[in-house]
Amino acid sequence: MSETALLIALLAAATARGAAPLVLAALGGLFAERSGIVDIGLEGKMLAAAFGAAATAAVTGSAWAGLGAGVAASVLVSLVHGFACITHNGNQVVSGMALNITLSGLTAALGYAWFHEGGQTPLLGPGARFAPIELPGAAALAGVPGVGTAYREVVSGHNLLVYFAAAIVPVAAWIVYRTRFGLRLRAVGESPDAVDTAGISVSVTRYRALVMSGVLCGVSGAYLSIAHHASFIRDMSAGKGYLALAALIFGQWRPVPTLGACLLFAFADALQARLQGTPLPLLGVVPVQLIQAIPYILTVCLLAGFVGRAVAPRAIGIPYLKER
Amino acid sequence: MGREIIRGVKASVSSRPRCRWVAPALLPVINLALALLLSAVVVVLIGESPTRALWLLANGAVGNAEAVGYTLYYATNFVFTGLAVAVAFHGGLFNIGAEGQAYIGGLGVALLCLGAGGWPTAMIVAAAVVLAAAGGAAWAFVPAWLQARRGSHVVITTIMFNFIASALMTHLLVNVLIKPGQQSPETREFDPNTWLPQLHDVARSLGWEIGRSPLNLSVLVALAAGVGVWIYLWHTRWGYELRALGHNETAAVYGGILPARTVIVAMSSSGALAGLMSLNEVMGVQHRLLLNFPGGAGYVGIAVALMGRNHPLGIGLAAVLFGALYQGGSELSFDMPNLTRDMVVVIQGLIILVCGALEHALRGPLEAVVR
Repeated sequence: MSETALLIALLAAATARGAAPLVLAALGGLFAERSGIVDIGLEGKMLAAAFGAAATAAVTGSAWAGLGAGVAASVLVSLVHGFACITHNGNQVVSGMALNITLSGLTAALGYAWFHEGGQTPLLGPGARFAPIELPGAAALAGVPGVGTAYREVVSGHNLLVYFAAAIVPVAAWIVYRTRFGLRLRAVGESPDAVDTAGISVSVTRYRALVMSGVLCGVSGAYLSIAHHASFIRDMSAGKGYLALAALIFGQWRPVPTLGACLLFAFADALQARLQGTPLPLLGVVPVQLIQAIPYILTVCLLAGFVGRAVAPRAIGIPYLKER
Repeated sequence: MGREIIRGVKASVSSRPRCRWVAPALLPVINLALALLLSAVVVVLIGESPTRALWLLANGAVGNAEAVGYTLYYATNFVFTGLAVAVAFHGGLFNIGAEGQAYIGGLGVALLCLGAGGWPTAMIVAAAVVLAAAGGAAWAFVPAWLQARRGSHVVITTIMFNFIASALMTHLLVNVLIKPGQQSPETREFDPNTWLPQLHDVARSLGWEIGRSPLNLSVLVALAAGVGVWIYLWHTRWGYELRALGHNETAAVYGGILPARTVIVAMSSSGALAGLMSLNEVMGVQHRLLLNFPGGAGYVGIAVALMGRNHPLGIGLAAVLFGALYQGGSELSFDMPNLTRDMVVVIQGLIILVCGALEHALRGPLEAVVR
């Protein structure tokens, strides 16, 4: 029994670790998309941040400097997206794709040339990354059956950025639904001309949303390279940006359901990693690849209206022209 | 304000005759120059000389007959995926799924080649063209149907379908199609009579000597596809309907065009074109089905279509340019080990950025200058 409990606890912990970068990137995408800017570039921003963070942490030896550099790199990419889509009314999907492709090449090329380790950055020492934190009381509660295991394995023992990801969900929900900026953000994504008529700049609101997106994707990318792993590996985001986008759509562009989608997707991944060919009751051996494809299949089904309905912000993807 | 608009219209009308060819001809050149300039900054950051890199790249791409053969071999892939993206673009659809569609097209070709060892080559080639196109079309049909009938956006669904295709093909290659008794996930080698003849062999049988390269007969299929797309878009009713839909959906519907059917036909043709890419890779060069054989060609198609301004002629030129970048890029990395082929991906991304996302930023000023 306690072995099953431990297994469940380990699965839950793996889910939390897997969900953290998804939550951060998806919430970043939420700000951008709620303001009416399609954010396919989550992947590229995460890669930029992962590389920036690992490279800086490797050189300075400081995790915080790495985090700062990662966020800066990601915000910069976000601003390029804004320059193309907001200032020059470019196609938002094309711009996002362009940034993803550019960053996938750029991080690998720079990593290869600067560190001579085949596109990787040097392995980071203990001070240069965010180490797991033992929460107070984990040792004291260890003797308590059930609660002790759950607390030690699931709640305690993650790195700082996982807790940040958990804390940012209510904060993001509060910003989007309870602040003046959040109201403008949602309005600008639904009906930018109304916002413009009210004397609020559509461009500035959208740029602010993209900066938010850049910051959150930056933390997400830094999580990958200086918290979860200890170096940058080429293309290390490995589709997580697109998965976050899928989670955002699956969560219908709302913070808490998006968190749910991220947890679901991360759970599928954790399960897949643990199963690896173990036969399941009734189903037999499920191919790992099928479980990996589940998030994408679910998102397609949702978009098609087979399960629920995903309604995008009304002005999404449409450049705002002040006068026609 | 009204007068300003009228003046604006007049200005644009009077500037039409010269602008009509000057801007389309100059813009891609300026775009390319800008993308290369930005890439030069990256080369400097890496600590190499951009001019020497460019020279090595050009020399590696077209310096000798073999290099030209390789350049055209890469270009063949990009013609297919570029045409695929362009056909969808004309209908106002963005097909990001060319990568997955090519992958599934390759599955069709591979199954045929594995099963049809005894057939005459001509028959196999004809069947392969049909199956490659059918595989790609089928993989594009689902997102198309979902957009046309259920209102889900093809951009997101085609991205999702790339991942689903990748998972499906990994499963098939690792668990089903793998050659027994080996580790790497790939099929056995096809029988030689199912291989597409390589061009240097064809040339030799006609009495010419050309450099050895993977360039094969699929390049002729690519040319035919280009002509076919040109006829489809500008000389058939379906092409007219597609372009009308892409320009103005309301007007198209008012004119009696059925958007749902048009979207499905366009996306399926787009997928079919992407699927044809597998003729070159699977049947012409690798002679087996490899994991992730499209290798990003679907994404290069986006850059090629944007740079070629969605016209088959432009796509042909842009595909050769990208073929040269890919071939030159791998040669470059021999001479300058610090510059990997990732630099080519950077250039590709920057070209999509300047040609696609920043098109308005450049076109306005350019048209003002050449007026």
